[in-house]
Amino acid sequence: MSKIINVLLVGVGGQGTILASKIITHVALAQGYDVKMSEIHGMAQRGGSVVTQVRMGEGVYSPVIEPGEADFVVAFEQLEAYRWAHFLKKDGTLIVNTQKIVPLTVLIGAANYPESILVDLKDRVERFIELDGLKLASEAGNVKATNVVLMGVLSKYMEFPEEAWQNALVARIPAKLLELNKKAFASGVAAAK
Amino acid sequence: MKILMTGNEAIARGVYEYGVSVAAAYPGTPSTEILENIAKYPEVYCQWSPNEKVAMEVGIGAAIAGARAIVTMKMVGVNVAADPLFTVAYTGVRAGLVLVSADDPGMHSSQNEQDNRLYAAFAKIPMLEPSNSQEAKDMVGLAMEISETFDTPVMLRITTRIAHSLSLVELNDPIERLVKTYERNSRKYVMLPGNGRLRRLVVEERMQDLADYSETVAVNNTELQDPSIGIITSGISYQYVKEALPTASVLKLGLTNPLPSGLIKEFAAKVDKLYVVEELEPYMEKEVRLLGINVIGKELFPPHGELSVRMVSEKISGQPGIKVASAFDAPIRPPVMCPGCPHRGIFYTLKQLKLVVSGDIGCYTLGAMAPLEAMDTTICMGASISAGLGMIKAHPEMAEKMVAVIGDSTFLHSGITGLMDVVYNGGNLTTMILDNSITAMTGHQHNPSTGKTLMGQPAPQVDFVALCKALGVKRITEVDPFDLETVKAVIKTEVAASEPSVIIARRPCALIIKNTEKPLQVQECTGCEMCLKLGCPALSFDTENKTVQVDQALCTGCELCMNVCKFNALRKAGDA
Repeated sequence: MSKIINVLLVGVGGQGTILASKIITHVALAQGYDVKMSEIHGMAQRGGSVVTQVRMGEGVYSPVIEPGEADFVVAFEQLEAYRWAHFLKKDGTLIVNTQKIVPLTVLIGAANYPESILVDLKDRVERFIELDGLKLASEAGNVKATNVVLMGVLSKYMEFPEEAWQNALVARIPAKLLELNKKAFASGVAAAK
Repeated sequence: MKILMTGNEAIARGVYEYGVSVAAAYPGTPSTEILENIAKYPEVYCQWSPNEKVAMEVGIGAAIAGARAIVTMKMVGVNVAADPLFTVAYTGVRAGLVLVSADDPGMHSSQNEQDNRLYAAFAKIPMLEPSNSQEAKDMVGLAMEISETFDTPVMLRITTRIAHSLSLVELNDPIERLVKTYERNSRKYVMLPGNGRLRRLVVEERMQDLADYSETVAVNNTELQDPSIGIITSGISYQYVKEALPTASVLKLGLTNPLPSGLIKEFAAKVDKLYVVEELEPYMEKEVRLLGINVIGKELFPPHGELSVRMVSEKISGQPGIKVASAFDAPIRPPVMCPGCPHRGIFYTLKQLKLVVSGDIGCYTLGAMAPLEAMDTTICMGASISAGLGMIKAHPEMAEKMVAVIGDSTFLHSGITGLMDVVYNGGNLTTMILDNSITAMTGHQHNPSTGKTLMGQPAPQVDFVALCKALGVKRITEVDPFDLETVKAVIKTEVAASEPSVIIARRPCALIIKNTEKPLQVQECTGCEMCLKLGCPALSFDTENKTVQVDQALCTGCELCMNVCKFNALRKAGDA
């Protein structure tokens, strides 16, 4: 575990990136990794672009991931995938929830939501996974579990045992929502195959 | 047991473990969560104060009376608290007193980028800088110890990356929480000039003692490795240095005022090339130069913004780092007023009336952004009213074309004195208090008008009408910010009035109410796009059908857009 693994979670305020990052850190800590995590809040929580950074390895110094250094970018929204794609390592993995949340700049006609996001990303990134996480979460019982669907996808590409992820779900999710979220996680795992 | 904590959570844990009895603050990013987490330890009395100066004075009083106290604020808050701070540096304390200054390099959520390390030097108080959450917790204990040993307030200076990053922290049992008896000592605590002159000398002696202490304290630590490169650093920059240059020799400083000149000289003599790596001002670099030591610092690193591992690596090695793919051109996603926000209609109306708006700091500052774009100035907390007065003193005719806009919490923070000045000096300014019943922008903290304390107790509520009356304002009108017709009529009348007036727009923040309204539906939309001028995230334009659509998940049914639509195209579900 000498090398450091960088996971960048990007989305829009309110999409549940924080809970997702807590699931990842729980898994990493249980596997004996040192972990640092960074999140910037403040004005961003009012519907702005949000980013959470998780770094894990034997001894982690900086809590911040820099452009070109993320092993994984998990994008909860298309445009955010586009915005943060250059943070990915050359051989990094990009997981994109194809949901679109239109920013105000586009709503008021000051900018356009780029049409070619998925095509451009596929073109640049070799390890590219796209999925309709919202639909899978809705099928599992609640659209709010989209974040856990995405963790299911991520779990297939990270080298942690399945059991560790299941333990993290139990530890981090309230009991009455656990079954639903386990279903959501499983659908993410299936979508990754 | 080790758990992941933000720096802010770790400081709160330190407050619990190291016997602190009183904590006070005014919310401000990135410091807010310190007090919110202290509130989880019922053993510690904690409170939101109306502003940072008051919080500082509450802490000073507690410490003089014999209880360990902590006061936290964002860096610009220290400007507000500077008056008591500079004098408590003279009086000293009876029990430990710690000021946490949370600085924001990179200005993630701040109006300026001031480096508050300079305050520690200016006020002549010791300063500690943690580089991770464990140190943040430990340094609460060390700061209390230094405060009591040297009879001085201590600054614990953090930055956004320390405050909001999580790293592992070992939890310990709390020490016994003791409060000393109060002892009168007016020579020490009454800062008349005669007493002050004596204390002035004590301050100099104390700084000398602290300088000696700085040479041996464990948080100032030399990590001697490859002697070809030596780096003096502190805080988050230490983490960047260790990752960028793992074999370099490092002098890591945790106590950064006063700096240990002996340690620095010793370290400089052992390395070939000496660097200082620090964010913002060349604070340590200047001190090193004063020792007559040649050092490289700000000629490599900018005095603004954050540093990074890559920047440290590239600047010191002189080699370019990995090549990074260019970013795609993605439209920005700025923060926006929430659907159902009571501020939206106010700024829509102010824009319609083409008024000059003297603005302030809070969620409503977002009224400056497109499409509302109804704010001319925002300087600091409370400036809306007093700067507004200045504008009409420069151009008396502007009084009929302008308003000052301020929130409930901000008005209580530092708007009251401005309004007093308007009345006293005969300014016929119109002030709008947007009362959304909470300190919203920092994440919904209570304040003296909300009826609840930080510890969850019920509290008396400031009566804004009675308060403004007592200040001498005769024209006070209360409006519902969703009733756009009345809002517009009242603003027109009040700006035309030839005496000071206050309009209180009252409706709770959309995020703190239990909403029972149904989302709106669209019928027979003409596609005029008038409603889009409200900048509501729940409304968008369907370019295929040329109609507006309502996001059913986001819409709160506030009906603001119904008020704006001239064609009755937006309707409540079930309405024909």
